[in-house]
Amino acid sequence: MRIGAVTFPGTLDDSDTIRAIKASGAEAVALWHGDADLKGVDAVILPGGFSYGDYLRAGAIARFAPVMGEIITAARGGLPVLGICNGFQVLCEAGLLPGALLRNAGLHFVCRDQWLKVENNATAWSSRYEAGAEIIIPIKNMDGRFAAPKSVVDELEGEGRVVFRYAGLNPNGSTDDIAGISDPTGRIVGLMPHPEHAIDALTGPSDDGLGMFLSVLDSVVAA
Amino acid sequence: MARVVVDVMPKPEILDPQGQAVARALPRLGFDGVSDVRQGKHFELEVDDSVDDETLARIAEGFLSNPVVEDFVVRRVQA
Repeated sequence: MRIGAVTFPGTLDDSDTIRAIKASGAEAVALWHGDADLKGVDAVILPGGFSYGDYLRAGAIARFAPVMGEIITAARGGLPVLGICNGFQVLCEAGLLPGALLRNAGLHFVCRDQWLKVENNATAWSSRYEAGAEIIIPIKNMDGRFAAPKSVVDELEGEGRVVFRYAGLNPNGSTDDIAGISDPTGRIVGLMPHPEHAIDALTGPSDDGLGMFLSVLDSVVAA
Repeated sequence: MARVVVDVMPKPEILDPQGQAVARALPRLGFDGVSDVRQGKHFELEVDDSVDDETLARIAEGFLSNPVVEDFVVRRVQA
């Protein structure tokens, strides 16, 4: 089981993502933005950070990186892909997930431990959670407010594609308290909070984030 | 060569907290009578004459704006 973690110029959380992949028992494979090569991985994670300095819009330039061409093709063919924070923004810009992430409503960079409710545990990245479980993992971003046309939000809600929802306080004015969503197949998931920072109670608020990395192991074995 | 201006604005139904913050600051600075502010982006492109309007629209829609949440206007101006 090999899981890739992509590094763009300005990516910050690739090291923690690789650490989390290893903690799940999988082999971590570093993928480089400039290489149109997925090195035969079974799943891909786009970590957080500020790819290309968030120039133009968060994720707008990373979407054209050579590695993204491969990821977009493979994802459309069923490769499990998880976008965390800036990775979620990249997936939206690339059209693999609907909607967009906009400036936090309070205009502040929000950095704190955040409670989430697992709304859908049937995706490739959430199967290890019980439906309705509440988990606490860090959130840290400036542009985390999910927005989409009402018809798209209605479709996401109607099809159960809101995977994670903010519990308690909504940190950024996100529509319907949406923290994370999936594509129709449940194999592509994006969320703003950071599961890779919560895999060990020694260094995070919990180990609740590890479930996402373990979930995809099941999905690949099952596939 | 021609100068092309592309203005990108958040769609009307999209919350614009930056514009709101500007609007709220104006009365505190002594400027009354401004009821609303929307904040967007303004691009100036120097383009060859060979670049047609259709290409400019593709640049604006596919890259300079995110059509999910933003509208754009392209116009040619005198350089």
